[in-house]
Amino acid sequence: MNRSSRQRRLTAAAVTALAVAVTATACSSGSGSTDAKGAGRGTYTLWDPYPQFDKTSAWAKLLDQCGTKAGVTIKRTGFDTSDLGNKTLLAAQQGNSPDVLIVDNPVVSTLAEAGVLTTTDDNKLDTSKVDPNLLAAGQSGGKTYGTPVGANTLALYYNKKVLKAAGVDIASVKDWTSLTAALAKVKKAGKKGITFSAIGTEEGSFQFLPWFWGAGAKLTALDSSQAVSALTLWKDWLKQGYAPNSVLNNTQTTSWQEFATGDYAFSENGTWQLAGARKAGLDYGVLPIPGASGGNASAPTGGEFVTVPVQKDTGRYATAQKLVTCLTSTANLYDTDTTLSYVAPTSEVQDKQVAANAELKPWVDAVKAAKGRTSDDLGTKYPKISEQMWKAIQSALSGSKSPKDALSAAQSAAK
Amino acid sequence: MNHTTELPNHRSARVRNGAAAAAPPPARSAKRRPTSTQWAAWGFLAPVTVYLALFYAYPLYRNLDLSLRDYTVRSFVQGDAPFTGLANYRKVFADPTFAPALLHTAVFTAVCLVSQYAIGLALAVFFNQNFRLSATLRALFLVPWLLPLIVSASTWSWMLNSESGVVNATLHAVGVGPVNWLTSPSMSLASVIIANIWIGVPFNLVVLYSGLQSVPAGLYEAAALDGANAWQRFWRITFPLLRPVSAITLLLGLIYTLKVFDIIWIMTKGGPADSSTTFATWSYQLGFGNLLPAFGPGAAVGNLLVVAALVFGLVYVRMQRRQALS
Repeated sequence: MNRSSRQRRLTAAAVTALAVAVTATACSSGSGSTDAKGAGRGTYTLWDPYPQFDKTSAWAKLLDQCGTKAGVTIKRTGFDTSDLGNKTLLAAQQGNSPDVLIVDNPVVSTLAEAGVLTTTDDNKLDTSKVDPNLLAAGQSGGKTYGTPVGANTLALYYNKKVLKAAGVDIASVKDWTSLTAALAKVKKAGKKGITFSAIGTEEGSFQFLPWFWGAGAKLTALDSSQAVSALTLWKDWLKQGYAPNSVLNNTQTTSWQEFATGDYAFSENGTWQLAGARKAGLDYGVLPIPGASGGNASAPTGGEFVTVPVQKDTGRYATAQKLVTCLTSTANLYDTDTTLSYVAPTSEVQDKQVAANAELKPWVDAVKAAKGRTSDDLGTKYPKISEQMWKAIQSALSGSKSPKDALSAAQSAAK
Repeated sequence: MNHTTELPNHRSARVRNGAAAAAPPPARSAKRRPTSTQWAAWGFLAPVTVYLALFYAYPLYRNLDLSLRDYTVRSFVQGDAPFTGLANYRKVFADPTFAPALLHTAVFTAVCLVSQYAIGLALAVFFNQNFRLSATLRALFLVPWLLPLIVSASTWSWMLNSESGVVNATLHAVGVGPVNWLTSPSMSLASVIIANIWIGVPFNLVVLYSGLQSVPAGLYEAAALDGANAWQRFWRITFPLLRPVSAITLLLGLIYTLKVFDIIWIMTKGGPADSSTTFATWSYQLGFGNLLPAFGPGAAVGNLLVVAALVFGLVYVRMQRRQALS
């Protein structure tokens, strides 16, 4: 009696052990499926990375309008932006891609490489009005895979009150030397210098790129002397106490929260924080990120692309094209980019934005100078380079390697 | 239940006396009426079989398949990834992250397991004395277990923040310089271990406490009469009698700790510079942490984890069997 119950118990234990272990890895098996197709014939599916917008939002209403105009119903699903790339790959594997997909721009080249997206030759989208530096992020191998819905980029926010107390004239900040001098003054005045995000994810690379490009470095040579000088700049800021050690774990949101305390003189952050800055009651200004020896550094472009995924039934492209054209028409772009706090991708709408809100002027300039991460035909090489880059940033800033060693290790791993 | 009747022959002589009397008649006698009862039996068996096959066997098979093929994003979508045998595993073993990840997984699991068990046992013995308010205090100790992991991990990450964390503020108040808990390569692993121990203690406490209830009080009285002090009573009575409960607690704890992912990912993302990377975070990092997913190597690392958990599960079964026979 005792025996058999013990036997049963240990079988149960072994089964539990196996079951628990399996669930741990099942998530990487990729067998999940999301049904994208609606039931009706006139239903078109659209996926976007804006889960913050519900049915009553302006964005959802715009989608409904465009659907009605094209004579179909739009079934919309909002995903978390970091999930969307993998969700789309899985859906394409199962043969149920959405009809219209709005996706973060560095993901476009990966999806294009996977054969998930149609080119503008197939879907007949008109991209002629879009700024070429923004469109480049959606191009690879001479083909264009979508059109940007809006763009954002990075710049330096500064706190006027802190700078005044430290006796820094913002007009004097023109290059890295003068910026570092300003930080030293701020520190002397008992305030904190600058905060940014150097976390070990894509966000960390995104924030480092303006300095990397501002030094004149290229993504194809991570170990160049210019690249080392950019990383050394960050490293020295940490060493001198101009930047907090917490940048290593800061997302752009947490770094913004640090700036919002009012103790920091500078914060490297994006267009999307503008609304929050006004709400926080900060007396702030915006400055394009300076290059190593003056001028404005290129910042990486953020923002999403509207794309048309490949369908078995190619007849669906015509309607999908109508929907995308409606979403990216001049009037609608203006509304959408205002809601998203983005800069529009066409100069026509940009002018309209600046006319309505002069505060956007430095951002429009920054977007015009910005550069796509997957541009220069890097395409799917970029994710590998970027991963090594954020690893190098983390190694150098945490002190486990010197900037030079970290970057040479990154370069040999990225090749 | 069939196990008792299918034991190897050389054992059956010993077993027959004790177990055979209690065991049900052999299943073969049911052969006479195969139809209705057997169909019913299959009917009852079907749901769980289908469930197991669909949700356990198939994902496991897919994960194995994924780890044996060379997946790129294109072949993942088209489904024509070439079979490459153990190439993904070789790649994983040769990766410079492999050795640190193995070491961190071992250290993380061992330190967490031992500390959780020791603290859990100490608390269980303490609460077993049933003093006033002991039930309330015990309930309070369960809080870490009840909180969603994302909440507790975020809270830890906030408390350990180098700049604005409450831990460094406290250290500052007592005159100790700031510690970079999450951002220094020498501290990050220790930080996630501390957080994980805090989360794991309640489970050990609850299971060991219930185990203590089954130790007869008479034994303690007898030992006390024989002049055993509290320390001896613990080592000679409590500890040996808790052995079966301890074994299952440690096994479940081990499997749970091996696969801990959320806490580490939320607190440090496995960094800085891989200093808190374990197999679980590495597997995720490979498969999902990059814009360009490496499904094959990610699945390979995941399978190594499954194998590790399985090995320890078998060791446990082995131990139990030997104990049962002796």
